[in-house]
Amino acid sequence: MSRDLDNLVIQTRRDILRMVHAVNSGHPGGSLGCVEFFVVLYNQIMEHDHNNISKDMFILSNGHISPVYYSTLARAGYFEIKELSTFRKINSRLQGHPTNHDDLPGVNISSGSLGQGLSVGIGVALSKKLNNDNSIVYVLTGDGELQEGQNWEAFMYASANNVDNIIVTVDYNGQQIDGSTEDVLDIGNLKLKLESFNWKVLEIENGNSLNDVYNTLIEAKKNSMKGKPVVILMKTIMGNGVDFMMYSHKWHGIAPNDEQLEEALNQNPETLGDY
Amino acid sequence: MKKFINQGNKDTRSGFGEGLTELGRNNTEVVALCADLTGSLKMNSFAEENPDRFFQVGIAEANMMGIAAGLATGGKIPFTGTFANFSTGRVYDQIRQSIAYSNKNVKICASHAGITLGEDGATHQILEDIGLMKMLPGMTVINTCDFNQTKSATLEICNFEGPVYLRFGRPKVANFTNALDKFQIGKGLLLNKGNDVTIVATGHLVWEAIQAADKLNEDGISAEIINIHTIKPLDEDIILNSVNKTGCLVSAEEHNIFGGLGESVARLLTSKAPYPQEFVGTNDTFGESGTPTELMNKYGLNMDSIYDAVHNVLKRKIK
Repeated sequence: MSRDLDNLVIQTRRDILRMVHAVNSGHPGGSLGCVEFFVVLYNQIMEHDHNNISKDMFILSNGHISPVYYSTLARAGYFEIKELSTFRKINSRLQGHPTNHDDLPGVNISSGSLGQGLSVGIGVALSKKLNNDNSIVYVLTGDGELQEGQNWEAFMYASANNVDNIIVTVDYNGQQIDGSTEDVLDIGNLKLKLESFNWKVLEIENGNSLNDVYNTLIEAKKNSMKGKPVVILMKTIMGNGVDFMMYSHKWHGIAPNDEQLEEALNQNPETLGDY
Repeated sequence: MKKFINQGNKDTRSGFGEGLTELGRNNTEVVALCADLTGSLKMNSFAEENPDRFFQVGIAEANMMGIAAGLATGGKIPFTGTFANFSTGRVYDQIRQSIAYSNKNVKICASHAGITLGEDGATHQILEDIGLMKMLPGMTVINTCDFNQTKSATLEICNFEGPVYLRFGRPKVANFTNALDKFQIGKGLLLNKGNDVTIVATGHLVWEAIQAADKLNEDGISAEIINIHTIKPLDEDIILNSVNKTGCLVSAEEHNIFGGLGESVARLLTSKAPYPQEFVGTNDTFGESGTPTELMNKYGLNMDSIYDAVHNVLKRKIK
């Protein structure tokens, strides 16, 4: 994988850490865990253009990982990178959870109240079929989020209606606010569940490897448009890239203090320039 | 007193069905979704004529609202159809986040609203939906009074960009408005000019208001009747112009007096024209099983209730 993408990964981590630190709030854990996914999706997989609905579209269902989303969008050119400094502040378009309400370029829907993005993604996919677009809808959901029943209505609908132009990725980090998903409400064998819902299920063992994410998304694209919706179970490490944040749900929704930020940034030295 | 002719009883939901069918023929961007109530919502002909643009989602209203938001994101004009209860309370957060806050051009079309749903009872009779929906920023809320008005409203909301809640009912009721009247969102209709009292009515209660005004006329009371089909945005001018002349007002709706049309009117009066108001509506209660007529009578949603409310408000009128 190219040096450029490695640099982008590190810079995105820095953006996330600095954004949540600046307002002493936000969700660094899941954001850091999904950096590689966002970098690959927006730079190697999707043909995206917010102003052209015939292009690929991304729907973020687990809206609380807005820091990684905003950093990705800014560094993909949707808005100025310095706007990241307004995250969660008054009069900002970068709300705590993402929304199109204030016309932030690149964002198509509001999310944050969990469990809704998959349905929205299916709706976009259906509109693409009506328009005879061959582009794809990408949806990211959390794994704890799958405890919301609406997801299962949506999983059932998509396979029953052959919505095969959608690729859903589950951030399978096994953590949620109150602890591990296993302890809070065990979602069980997700692969078997989704296969029994008649989805094509792919897996990424290391969702923090650019290569693994890329190869699986390419495989997912090959499996799309073949009658079945495709879902990827992507194992990630919450807080990835900052050693003291990794492997724990404790950094789900807590910002680092000054010393912790410095330590975290030292582990991820500046590459493309801070905002 | 102006005379209104009942052209024959018809259900408002059939007005929606006819309007939707017409839209299906004239606008290829219109799509429709239904949660296993296609017959009840009169969506069959749209579904048969446009199988590729009709989405049967099953008994899964939350998913339906999300899919509708997605279809709108993809440039379509989605009309969702299910009972009012399942169109609002059941899916409030989906509407709030994915449709209202996201400003999606979704038309939430809700049949079997209110107590006239009848025999199915309180589980299905929502009397809180106007309140729920009018509180959502940016949501347009419409409650039509008869078949003709429901059909013309269905056609017109398609031309309007933004989320809309269109509320109509189950039973066959008087069809008395002109089929050729063009529906104007946010514009109240002055049905009868009068000097003594203003009656502001919506939905099935508009016909009851007309009957009440006839009876009041026999008492020598001249009632001005306004059909407020759009509860939000409220046509403030038509109400203020009337009440500044009559000096008192009765609101009438098939809805809880907490959160309905009457409360919107009260807010207007207290801030701009503090005249006395009486409320015809259900009073913080659930419904029950019964025929629509029995229920309207038991819960005080008929011409007699409006008649009594007018006499009460006239006593409070400042001389």
